[in-house]
Amino acid sequence: MIDIQFILALIMGAFIGGAAGYIGTLMLSKKMALVAGPLGHLTLPGIALAFIYGFDVSLGAFPFVILGIILIWLFEIRTKLPMEALTAVVFASGVAITFLFLPEEKTVPALIGDISQVSLIATIISVVLALIVFFTTKRIFSKMILTSVSKDLAKVQGIDIKKYNLIYLTCIALIVALGVRVVGGLMTAALVAIPACTSRNLSKNLLQYSYGGMILGSLSCILGIVGFKLTGIPAGLLIIMTSALFFLISLIFKR
Amino acid sequence: MRMPKKILKVKNLNVKLNGEEIIKDLTFDVREREVLVILGPNGAGKTTLLRTLLSLLPYTGEISWKKRDISYLPPQELFQRKDLPPLSIEEFFKFKKVSSAQILKILKAVGLNSSILKKRFGTLSTGQFQRMIIAWALVDEPSVLLFDEPTSGIDIGGQETIYSLLHKFWEERNLTILLVTHDLNVVWEHANNALCLNKKKLCYGKPKDILTPKALEKIYGTGIKFYKHVHR
Repeated sequence: MIDIQFILALIMGAFIGGAAGYIGTLMLSKKMALVAGPLGHLTLPGIALAFIYGFDVSLGAFPFVILGIILIWLFEIRTKLPMEALTAVVFASGVAITFLFLPEEKTVPALIGDISQVSLIATIISVVLALIVFFTTKRIFSKMILTSVSKDLAKVQGIDIKKYNLIYLTCIALIVALGVRVVGGLMTAALVAIPACTSRNLSKNLLQYSYGGMILGSLSCILGIVGFKLTGIPAGLLIIMTSALFFLISLIFKR
Repeated sequence: MRMPKKILKVKNLNVKLNGEEIIKDLTFDVREREVLVILGPNGAGKTTLLRTLLSLLPYTGEISWKKRDISYLPPQELFQRKDLPPLSIEEFFKFKKVSSAQILKILKAVGLNSSILKKRFGTLSTGQFQRMIIAWALVDEPSVLLFDEPTSGIDIGGQETIYSLLHKFWEERNLTILLVTHDLNVVWEHANNALCLNKKKLCYGKPKDILTPKALEKIYGTGIKFYKHVHR
């Protein structure tokens, strides 16, 4: 008999993992791959509320990560400090607040994710949001890379850096909110960073690099969820371990 | 002969950054097909001036462009060449939404082989990089170029080649060029006008009229030995 829960988890994981791997390549390019970690931690109060009041974890996570992103964005404009440093300033409070009221038995799923029980509607919403993240990131990708090469060149080409940074950060917020369901608040950085690192080892140009990140992210999630079905080990852990294994293999073929 | 029309008008330009006055009450014009070289010691405000002309920095006063197709080449230090993703040169050119034929044509014009398109952005030598970036600046056929020390970090032979290239493009494409350089030879050989800057305008006009040893001493604050080129 077909296990609908398993199919839904696979679909959700494949789309979220793919979008996370894709945006991860851009985040790595901007030295922001680790930012997803603190942002994942920032979602923890929302996840805790979702567990306590019984609503969807991504729904709980999203407003908190958006709030964090807005704070970081405003602080960046105000202070010109690097975004990663400002993220560190903001995230610790999220973790502290969470553990004030997170029920003890919910600590593990909050930290490493739980994709075993997903509804059809949650899957559809997650797939649609993952596609939005993918296509939006695809649209801004080259502009963001040009900004990395030279901010002045980008501005002269008519790129509104502030606007694109805000779009980019919103996409990160969305993918983090989606990713916490798959790998929990503790390991979202791995969901975006490891496929990107692996892809960078294997690619010769931007196209291979960005799509490589997407394929590796998606494949890691699929294999991790299949592994969970076979072994019962939490999918979040298996996804990250599969992704790390791909990274180790990529070292052999590094270009 | 009819005077070429003004394409840039700068009037009473003031630039303050972090409370420090970088450019003070600067007024000048640039006409079509002019090569204006901006001279001055380090910290004189040359790079700031180019960036301000492109509205990259806040200012007071008036900057009025009659052209919109302006290309800019920042100084080398404002480029991130390392720690980038695996960006190929072809992909870098495609950022400008130009055709492959246009890219190949401009690469040939700057003396680069099409095989460079497959290379990664961070793997080019300084000379190759500078030619490539000049090609990038020219590929969408702008009518105005703002170049900030395009030959910094390049050996003397390479510098000659870059300026010869720019001169060739200037002749062929009726370009207007605003160029920041420390090289007085470039001024003598290529400039119609020179603007000497040290926060404020120290001199402005035809190089042969204004770049006297006394003026150079005023600009750089020390005696400058120079050999004036006699045009044949």
